[in-house]
Order: sequence, then C-alpha cells, then structure tokens
Amino acid sequence: MTENSLDTAGRQAATDQAGAARTATSGPARAGTASSTLERGPHDGGRPPRPTLGRRAVALADSLWRPALVLAVFFAAWWFVAAREYVPNYLVPTPGQVWETMTSQWSELARHTLVTLYETVLGFVLAAALGLITAVAIAYSRTLDKALYPIVLFAQVIPKIAIAPLLVVWFGLGLTPKIILAVLIAFFPVVISGVAGLRSTDPELLDLAATMGAGPWRTFRKIRFPNALPHLMAGLKVAVTLAVVGAVVGEFVGASEGLGYVLLLANGNLDAPLLFADLILMSAIGIVLFVLVEIAEALLIPWHASRRAGVSLTTS
Amino acid sequence: MTAAKAATGTAIGMSGLTVRFTTRRSRTTALDDVSLDIEPGEFVTIVGPSGCGKSTLLKIVAGLVRPTSGEVSLLERPVRGPQKEIGFVFQKAALLEWRGARANILLQAEMRGMDRTQAARRADELIEMTGLTGFEKALPHELSGGMQQRVALCRALLHSPPVLLMDEPFGALDALTREQMNAELHRIWRETGTTVVLVTHSIAEAVFLGTRVVVMSPRPGRIIRTFPVELPAHRDYAQVMSDPRFDRLATDLRGLLGSAAANH
Ligand SMILES: Nc1ncnc2c1ncn2[C@@H]1O[C@H](COP(=O)(O)OP(=O)(O)OP(=O)(O)O)[C@@H](O)[C@H]1O
Ligand SMILES: [Mg+2]
Repeated sequence: MTENSLDTAGRQAATDQAGAARTATSGPARAGTASSTLERGPHDGGRPPRPTLGRRAVALADSLWRPALVLAVFFAAWWFVAAREYVPNYLVPTPGQVWETMTSQWSELARHTLVTLYETVLGFVLAAALGLITAVAIAYSRTLDKALYPIVLFAQVIPKIAIAPLLVVWFGLGLTPKIILAVLIAFFPVVISGVAGLRSTDPELLDLAATMGAGPWRTFRKIRFPNALPHLMAGLKVAVTLAVVGAVVGEFVGASEGLGYVLLLANGNLDAPLLFADLILMSAIGIVLFVLVEIAEALLIPWHASRRAGVSLTTS
Repeated sequence: MTAAKAATGTAIGMSGLTVRFTTRRSRTTALDDVSLDIEPGEFVTIVGPSGCGKSTLLKIVAGLVRPTSGEVSLLERPVRGPQKEIGFVFQKAALLEWRGARANILLQAEMRGMDRTQAARRADELIEMTGLTGFEKALPHELSGGMQQRVALCRALLHSPPVLLMDEPFGALDALTREQMNAELHRIWRETGTTVVLVTHSIAEAVFLGTRVVVMSPRPGRIIRTFPVELPAHRDYAQVMSDPRFDRLATDLRGLLGSAAANH
C-alpha cells in the first residue's frame, strides 16, 4: 500500500491507471441505486465461443498478410535498386548474391549465429531474473527503493559501448563479457516494467488480501505477481530485442566468433553480400526471440489477450 | 458455526471515532465522533449522503483504516491491524481479472489455507444460491456488474465469517435481482446468526434487511439517529412492503435524510 515516490514514467503510468480504474468503477454503483434498469437475468446470456482451429488460421492469415506485403515490397525495391546498379554492387549487393553467400557459407554462418543466439538468450534470461528480483525489492521496500534505484539508473545511462573494452580486459575474449553486456542492456526495461506492474495493484485488492489474513508471500503469488504480468511481459519484449544488441556490441570489441565478429570481418574485406547476410541473421535472432516472448505472453496471460481481443473487435 | 463464538458481549464496538484525511491538497474530516455498539447477530444498516464516511467506517472496523482518534473493537478484541474474522464486500467488486467466477470465490480459501474439498463444495453451494450457475468459468469482464457483485458476495461468505461487512453490495443490481438478493441475504443472516453491517443508499433495503437503521449526516459524518426496525425477524419481501410499519419508518428516514441534506 505504501506508494513510494520516485518519478519514472512507468510508475506514473501505473498510478494513473489505478486512479482511472477507481473512477471508472464508482459510476455504475451509483447509477444502479436510482431505479430499475433492465439487466441480464442470472441465467441467460452466454460467453463468447472458444475460437476453433479454422478460425484461428483465418485470424493468423489476417494478422500476417500486412507485414508479408511490406516485406515483399521492400525486397522488390532492394532487388530493383541493386540489379539496375543504381548503387554500385560492392555497396549494395542483390538479394540473389546475398542468398548465394548465405547458402554457400551456411555451416559457418550457422555456427556464428548459434554463438550469438546463446549469448543473447543467456543474457536475456539472467537479465529477466535479476530484473524481476530487483523490481520486487524496489516495489516492496522503501529503503531498497532508495538504495537500488540510483544503481539501476547508473547501469542504464552508462554507454555500454564504452565499458565493453573494459569488460574484455577483465573477462577476456570468451563469452562472459558478451553475456554481461547483454544483461546490462536488457536489465533496465525489466526493472521498470516490473516495478510499474507490481505497483499497479488495486489498493482495494490488497485490503481484501489483508482481511483474508494472507501473508506477503501469498499476496504476492496470488495477487500482485499475476497482476504485474502484463506490464512485465511488455518489458521483457523490449529486453529481448536489446539483449541481441548487447551481445553483438560485445562481439565487436573482441571476439573470435559470433555474428558481430563476422560483421567486422566482412566489413574489413568489403564483402557486402556476407555483411548483408550477417545483418539478416542478426535481425532474425531478434525477431524469433521476440515472437517467442509474445507466445509466452499469450500462454501466461490469456485473460489479458482475450480482453485485448474483445476491445479490438469493437474498434477495428 | 463460528458465529456462535460471538454470542455474548458486543460484536462490534465503536467509541468516539474521528477520522481526518490529510492530502497534499486538502484536509477532510470524514467522520466526527461516531459511537455505536453492535450486538452479536444484529443486522445494522447504515444510510447517509454520499461522501459522509460510510465506507471509511466499515474499513475502520475491518482494521484497514486507522482512526485519527477513538476506539474500535471486534468480537471483544481491540482492532489494531487488518481483521480476518470478517467477510468484506467492497463497494466495487474487486475481483481478480484473470480468474473465473468460481476461482475468484475460492481465492478466500486459498488465502486462508482452508481445506480445499470443503471450500469447493461450499463455493458450489453459494454459486447455486446466488444464481451464478453456468458462469463458473466466466472472467470478470465477461460478467455483468451485478454478477460481479454476486461473485464478491460469495467470496465474502465462503468461510462463514462471524461478522459480515458490506459496502453497497447491491448498488449495481437491477431492482428485481436486488430484491431477490435482499431476500437471500436475509435468509443467510437468519440461518447463520452472522452479525452484519451493511451500507446502502436504498431506504427500502435498509429497512427490509436491518434490525436497526443508522442514519448519518453529510460530511463530517456523524450518527444523527438510529431507528430500531419493529418488524418480525422472519421477513417476507412482499409482506414487508405492504406493512404499515415499513411505510412509516421509510417516510421517517426519507424525511430525516432530506432535512439533513437541506441543512447542510
Ligand atoms: N484515502 C483517503 N484519502 C483522502 N480522503 C479520503 C480517503 N478515503 C476517503 N476520503 C474522503 O473521506 C470522505 C468519506 O469517504 P467515504 O468513501 O467513506 O464516503 P462514503 O460515505 O462511503 O461515500 P459514498 O456513499 O459515495 O460511497 C470523502 O470526502 C472522501 O473524499
Ligand atoms: Mg462508500
């Protein structure tokens, strides 16, 4: 219940939301007392039917055709510019050349992709765990809030690229400095969203928990944590894309493998097709991981998704 | 039943309760010197204009708000922190949006560590009784406001509390369902001997349900008068409505509330 005051956008949003919810729900109670309004009886009215497989496929196709179209247009434009040599080939290769490089050097590229993927995933998982623990500490304890927030903020504002060489000096050329960079860069959005989510609990629900004689752990597990999940998942989506950046930056500074390392090599050799192939793989890592987090979100908080779906039915 | 414990002495004692809220922008005196003793098994209804501190009063009894001055006791023990011998129905339903109706009701059991099978059976009884059958799995946003409030009522009754505190529980219901719920609550109260304090804006509801009606003044909230309700303990809705004593009391209450508002 203690509303600590530290001015971040996330917390502000959280309190705003709680306020809005409070004012929004006080209305109907008033209105109903006036006189009889026709309302659904206890037994009629039904729930929306569960989506069938066919419907889901249609929904998937419906959600995919727009991005697919944009991608197609993009590749067509790229191919057009490169094939007509409006830009010299050593600067922008054709999609065909990139494809050829990708297939002919696939085993090498796959190995480097796996290295970067490994660093990214490990960095992301660690950032998520540390970020969540930090968020809980900040949301629950005023003292820890005051103590940890400056450190968290410091870790965020320090330019990661500037400390990358230092990390290499400390931890060598192995995977460790890359993973640390990924953690450092992905940590902040997890903390901010976690704190916002945990603070967004309706005070009335906490009052309710208190009258049920529940301890802090039960209240956390049954009320505060599930309530924070939508916020938290949003933060994790940002974090996972940033973790890729962290890993690649780490590889730039000193590495003998990974997509960042390949990028530097390709750049040095003016090997544009390899450079492009490398960029595509980097983006692919980010996109795949992002989609995985989105799927996890849909599985973890179906109530949130169904609510959003209900809203979009009326607005789109 | 647990209610038997409270068979002697006072169930709820309030003396000299004063509450001031100080916010950055303003200072509000929500309650001013409120004293009220409630016997075990009584059904006290509280009416009063909006903002006079009715919700605050209930929260003080539950130990959720600390009075600026004055004393409260619940079941003969002074109220220091949140109380668990109660069932609380908040002014808004306060449901967990990720849980279905039945799971929301069972939250009470999970938080208290009650026996699961017993709690599940009790939940099914309550669902049946409040006409929520068929909506056990429905999420709060799939329920009407009235149904949400019924879920909140079931949740408050799940553990058969000796004291039930209700803050405008039926405000969001249509008139007909409201009458049914009133009759149902009356029956529950008769059968369990639970001490109930219920805040309402409906004079009919206050008189039909209460053994005593407490009328509060506009802010700062004071108790202007309490009326004993001289109706039989076993009440039937249609009978009560046509009873001349009901009419007289309702008219008195309406007059008192009206003049209190006018003098303000
Ligand atoms: N936490 C709080 N901080 C500041 N002021 C508060 C707080 N809670 C209540 N108040 C103020 O105390 C007064 C009484 O509030 P309360 O909610 O008890 O009224 P009420 O009688 O329940 O009104 P209603 O019938 O509209 O529900 C109001 O003026 C309200 O603004
Ligand atoms: Mg109120």
